[in-house]
Amino acid sequence: MRDISTGESSILDRIWILAVWTFVGFFILNLIGVVGAVLVDSFATRWLGTWLPTGFTWHWYLDAWQEFQLGKILTVTFEVVGAVVLISGVLGVPAAYALSRRDFPGKQAVMLLFLLPLLVPPMTIGIPLATVLYRFGVGGTIWGVILANLVPSLPFVILITIPFIDQIDQRVEAAARVFGANTFKLFVYVLMPLLTPGILAALLLVLVRTIAMFELTFLTSGPTSQTLVVALYYAVDAAGVRAGQSVDAMAMIYMATTLIWLLIALRFVNPTQIVGRQATPAGHDA
Amino acid sequence: MAIISKDFRALRLDNVQRDFGAFNALKGITLDIARGEFVALLGPSGCGKSTALNCVAGLLPLTDGTISLDDTRIDQLSPEHRGFGMVFQNYALFPHMTVARNVGFGLAMRGESKANIVERVAEALRLVRLEGQADKLPGQLSGGQQQRVAIARAIVVAPPLVMMDEPLSNLDAKLRLEMRAEIRRIHAHLGSATIYVTHDQDEALSLADRIVVMRQGEVRQVGTPEALYARPATLDVAEFMGFRNLLPGRIDTGTQGAAAVVTVEDTSCTGTPVGPLQPGAVTLAIRPDDLSPRDDGPFAAHVEQVEYRGRAFFGIAATGRGTSLHFHSPVRVKQGEALRLGADPDRILIYGAAP
Amino acid sequence: MTDAALPHRAASASLRQRLARRGVDATTLLVLPAALTILGLFVYPFLEGLVLSLLPKTGGTFSNYAKFFSDPFLYQTIPTTLGIAVPATLANILLSVPVALRVRKMKRQRFLTTILVIPITLGTVLVAEGLLNYLGPQGWLNRTLITLHLISHPVRLVHNYWGVFWSLVISGFPFTFLLTLSYVTGIDPSLERAASTLGAGPRARFRTILLPLMASGLAITFCLSFVQAFAVFPSAVLVGSPAGSTRVISIAAFQAAYETYDDSLASSIAMIMAAIQLVIVVLVLAGRGFLYRGPASGGKG
Repeated sequence: MRDISTGESSILDRIWILAVWTFVGFFILNLIGVVGAVLVDSFATRWLGTWLPTGFTWHWYLDAWQEFQLGKILTVTFEVVGAVVLISGVLGVPAAYALSRRDFPGKQAVMLLFLLPLLVPPMTIGIPLATVLYRFGVGGTIWGVILANLVPSLPFVILITIPFIDQIDQRVEAAARVFGANTFKLFVYVLMPLLTPGILAALLLVLVRTIAMFELTFLTSGPTSQTLVVALYYAVDAAGVRAGQSVDAMAMIYMATTLIWLLIALRFVNPTQIVGRQATPAGHDA
Repeated sequence: MAIISKDFRALRLDNVQRDFGAFNALKGITLDIARGEFVALLGPSGCGKSTALNCVAGLLPLTDGTISLDDTRIDQLSPEHRGFGMVFQNYALFPHMTVARNVGFGLAMRGESKANIVERVAEALRLVRLEGQADKLPGQLSGGQQQRVAIARAIVVAPPLVMMDEPLSNLDAKLRLEMRAEIRRIHAHLGSATIYVTHDQDEALSLADRIVVMRQGEVRQVGTPEALYARPATLDVAEFMGFRNLLPGRIDTGTQGAAAVVTVEDTSCTGTPVGPLQPGAVTLAIRPDDLSPRDDGPFAAHVEQVEYRGRAFFGIAATGRGTSLHFHSPVRVKQGEALRLGADPDRILIYGAAP
Repeated sequence: MTDAALPHRAASASLRQRLARRGVDATTLLVLPAALTILGLFVYPFLEGLVLSLLPKTGGTFSNYAKFFSDPFLYQTIPTTLGIAVPATLANILLSVPVALRVRKMKRQRFLTTILVIPITLGTVLVAEGLLNYLGPQGWLNRTLITLHLISHPVRLVHNYWGVFWSLVISGFPFTFLLTLSYVTGIDPSLERAASTLGAGPRARFRTILLPLMASGLAITFCLSFVQAFAVFPSAVLVGSPAGSTRVISIAAFQAAYETYDDSLASSIAMIMAAIQLVIVVLVLAGRGFLYRGPASGGKG
């Protein structure tokens, strides 16, 4: 049986469909070009005026590791990311539970409070936030970076987790209560097992976003609290000081740390959740 | 160890009230439920019957009033401390637990030993006839099986009171009839009290020892199924209990007795007053099951529609003034046919209010 | 349980019960730690920045703002930023809609969406580094164009307006596309089938069914994409011409804060950024008031 909704057949329609797929193909080709150029260059001995380098080598990775002190930077990066994920989860999941289960006066205002940090770009909030953090003496330290990264991460965890909690039938919770579960047992035996996929998804997404969060970290970090993406920015900005291949090797290391977690996250979430469908207030004000 | 209900004499609801903002969902319910009794809360949706059940379960705090089990007040207790069993409308089975773990949940929460839990779960599953399904997840079961798991989970803790909130509303017609018999059988086996919420009068009539008819947050009538079926106390209860023919009429003399003569349109008939009546406007209430063609029937009418429902023909006939009458007939009647309809005087109820 | 019990009941219906009836209980309080964190790390710095912007190093209360709007080196950043952000956002949306309408009919969307989520995840810094290689005079794109005889000499594609524009498309298109896709897949397909049984062709169905149901979502997508593009920073520095054609407002704010150490002026510029973003968002959402905003599924629910 022919599906009427896809029953286009005129030549114009076919040209249109072709044009759409051509664009998608072109976009992906360029994307591969952009990423591929970094990848190839990071292994190149010498690459000038040819399609591919004249030879390949590993040594830029060793160079980059030593030159940029990547061991230290990676340690800081994962300390920051770990703390942000942990704090966002511990504060965010209970808040999401309250927002999902209770209607209280001012709930709309609280929802707005959690939406705004996701809507306001980091550059806009980053400058006043950095000023305040420096005044309180945490600017430039690892704690300053962690606090700054909580601004988008905590609301992100809350807004991702709310729909997962909404999905759990309140009567299932009521049943657990009637059959003798107190609040703690309810949480351990019923809520946690049912929420694990949602919380895991939210925390993995926060992890990926925090590794890649440039602006807030850039504005609040000092020499000892740089994360990988900020170090990469400085390296790219100072191009010419060091060999381009060395910078690209560092870019590949950054890319690998991000993509590994992204691939893990994608086992649990839909890619559309990464852009934050939940960041759209449509579901709340319509 | 057998599943036998804890010993108690009565659950007492005294003036139980619940508001949602300015809306009074329950306007003061007073009710005693004895051990072993099966009580149905019957009413249309929004009448407050589910609110009442949730108040008893402890899922909704009361606005006013008390609930006590014998002499112990329980309305301040949280649900997990009341020790009741409940069957939820959509079953509310824990989706991540096997049937056995679902059923054993209440026992585990009470800290029973593993061996004891296994034994009692098996017994409960045997009682609801689900022996082979213990290791399945709820999602792998049919609606009727999920229903049985929900019942097993509610009874395994040997609760003094089992509450059921429209437990059959998600099942198809055939399964509903089967499960009715099951529920009645299990109730008899346990000897605990059961409160059963439903909007289906057939369910209430066939299951309950006592029916509580609710409307707009109030109790309108409490009685045995027989009493409720034969003598609804008020006109709106009568309407809800299937008295489809409500006819305006007049009586000339006040009555107290067993029978009265009522003038309806251009005829008159003898009926049974419900409560004392003043002379003036009254309403007759007759079930279609009681109104049938008979030679001495007071209502002359012609048939407008008729359909065969197996046991008898059911139809609608219009009187000379155009009033529609729902009736039944053991023999075939034809559309357009003129006939006289009547009912036994004790099946014609007279209420002192306009419909 | 007669009158004697009544005062006890009234007392027990205390503040706690009255709050509980309005939905405020221990569970509700779980929202507090998160709310206080955001108040402290987002709302407070923002208000602090606003106050700071009104306390300039020299001059009267509004002298920072007066300075911004009288110094072409500063106020020119607004048209420069809008000149990059608006075309890039519009291009992303116009490309996203037809692609999303196609992709929603695919069974296996996951592969495509996974590829597209990669540039968002990698972030603008890495994309900028890639563009420097890929679009450079010796990069693969220039080589391809020369091989195809479309150009005779390498074209300058980075360190100018177009470098930033392409960077915003590479990371912005996947973002708008995934948002648009989530709106489009929310439209009940039976509505379109119903329209086609009533004689509507593909174009008529787009105009009368899809577009009105998508419009509200597109307005929100525009706002989110625009706000991100308007705050463009790393790529404007790395692949743009930060002293010239891509001196965007973020750069001005950054320089005030970290090069001239004028926190007050930097805060003022951040406030101006926020105000412009707010104005555009309010304009777009006000326009949305004329559009259908109900559910995008059929009668049920």
